[in-house]
Amino acid sequence: MDLGKDLLLDMYHTMTRIRLFEAKVRDLAMASEIPGFVHVSIGEEASAAGVCAAMRKTDRITSTHRGHGHLIAKGGKLAQMMAEIFGKRTGYCKGKGGSMHIVDFSLGILGANGIVGAGLPIATGSALASVINGRDDVTACFFGDGASNEGTFHESLNLAAVWKLPVVYVCENNGFGEFTPMQTVTSVKDIAVRAQAYAIPGYIVDGNDVLEVYRYASEAIARARAGEGPTLLECKTYRWEGHVVGEQAFLGTGAYRSEQEIAEWKARCPLIRFQKFAAESGKISASELKKIEDETEAELEAAVKFARESPLPDPSEVTDDVYL
Amino acid sequence: MAMTTFVQAINQALFEEMERDPLTFVMGEDVVLSAFGATKGLVDTFGLKRVRNTPIAEAGFVGAAVGAAMAGTRPICEVEFASFFYCAFDQVCNQAAKLRYMSGGQARMPITFRCVFGAMGGAAAQHSETVYAQFLSVPGLKIVVPSGPADMKGLLKSAIRDDNPVIVFEHGRLGRMREEIPAGDYLVPLGKAAIKRPGENVTVVAIGAMVGKALKVADKLAQENISLEVIDPRTLMPLDEETILSSVEKTNRAVVADEGHLRGGAAADIASIIGEKGFDYLDGPVKRVTSLDVPIPFSPPLEKAAIADEARIEAAVRELMGR
Repeated sequence: MDLGKDLLLDMYHTMTRIRLFEAKVRDLAMASEIPGFVHVSIGEEASAAGVCAAMRKTDRITSTHRGHGHLIAKGGKLAQMMAEIFGKRTGYCKGKGGSMHIVDFSLGILGANGIVGAGLPIATGSALASVINGRDDVTACFFGDGASNEGTFHESLNLAAVWKLPVVYVCENNGFGEFTPMQTVTSVKDIAVRAQAYAIPGYIVDGNDVLEVYRYASEAIARARAGEGPTLLECKTYRWEGHVVGEQAFLGTGAYRSEQEIAEWKARCPLIRFQKFAAESGKISASELKKIEDETEAELEAAVKFARESPLPDPSEVTDDVYL
Repeated sequence: MAMTTFVQAINQALFEEMERDPLTFVMGEDVVLSAFGATKGLVDTFGLKRVRNTPIAEAGFVGAAVGAAMAGTRPICEVEFASFFYCAFDQVCNQAAKLRYMSGGQARMPITFRCVFGAMGGAAAQHSETVYAQFLSVPGLKIVVPSGPADMKGLLKSAIRDDNPVIVFEHGRLGRMREEIPAGDYLVPLGKAAIKRPGENVTVVAIGAMVGKALKVADKLAQENISLEVIDPRTLMPLDEETILSSVEKTNRAVVADEGHLRGGAAADIASIIGEKGFDYLDGPVKRVTSLDVPIPFSPPLEKAAIADEARIEAAVRELMGR
């Protein structure tokens, strides 16, 4: 598959937006400028960028508590995201959701979700809606290795397989469920093999290679759109940061992974990998990448300014939007 | 006018609403064959695309109904027995109920959940429970408990057209109850109580199958010149407080009769509203008539001992009347 230059630049743009946004959110949270918990996805940018680059605007996604990257990849606006994370009324959810619950229905983002595994049946139902309303929109469901041990994972894959629903299950296997190593609580080494139990295709994907993610996602999405049913992709990746920003404060000396392991994965950075590909292929110049980085810095700066300057919700809004 | 059973009323409502809106569809356990008859024949008209048997996997298919609603369709999701909702609590309480609010009003959640509840003779605790109180303290849900065929049809049609998640609780004992149903597109609004029998001395707020029991007690006590006003709230969320309080203002005495449990139940909730907002009307305490706080037992004499019945309603009324 020969990928066009616009697409390549677009995927690098997405990864850059995610990386810089997440780093900024981390810093703002550490500086106590953001209320509540935040979970960032630095190191995992390629799976979000590769999958969403293969989707149409009318396609839908579900996401997780570590969802900023998925939302950005599906077109989420940094200013409204940042304002929501700040708890401002100009945020995507008017300050009712926060970091773990950002939604933009106009972009097919059915939402991040604070409950591990909750997005799986929701994505399955979203795919069912495509069958009912006769449209060929596909739904991609992002979740982690931890969610693959939830009952909802198994119930959803079975249902989608039986009904041949247009959904792609994207497991981002970052090796840890909170602070617990995946292999200590999971019966299989590779989540992808669980697809066999539901008679659907399952693939192991290098989750730090945006080009490989894009290729697998394109095939799975095409298959779903053609009515051939669901696919499970397991993107092997790693989160550089902790489960939750600021975890050192309560974990204390309880380290659950080695500095060496983190360093090894940092050496496989999805952005640096793309930069190398760009240089080696001769398709994209360093100045083109630099331009993307500079533009993203400016966009992010404006987003933070917007969030900081936006008003907080008025207490009178507390009862709005419970019912329609 | 023809007499229609409770189950036929459900069936009529489903037919009419599925005819009306092509984005409605039915999903759940054995809805094609229809274990209790409520969805019987739908597949012949609407096909397997819109009448979908699910695996027995409540978290999965209830969650799928949530996703389908968020993505623009109007699912009618049957959870065979109300206690099975426990397998899908996250999907109902964390997802369906909350996502509209959490998304700042972006999500629409037009789902109707249907389930059978209540003691119906030897089904034991996991198939006989009155489960709605568990949902009453979850903002974002609407709760409907019809007491007869006409209300069943009119409320279910309103529930299906509502853009919020609505759970319709259908008492298993009412399945063969017959009643005339008004012709045409019969709708009963959510949030409007019915005065099932006007009276003077005691207000009996009765829920679901307790309405029929309260009416029998009213017939009996009328012979002693004790006049009961029987109010059926029909929906517990929203609750028509005005009709209930107006009645208590007139009678000065209140009994709340529910098949659920005493502690933390629907009767407790309604009694507290009467106590708080109608205190000045009352000549005595608000009495609750509920099932015992035990899991509903299997053996017939034990089940009978556990379940709220006419005798307990009558005893509560007599206590308030001092007769």
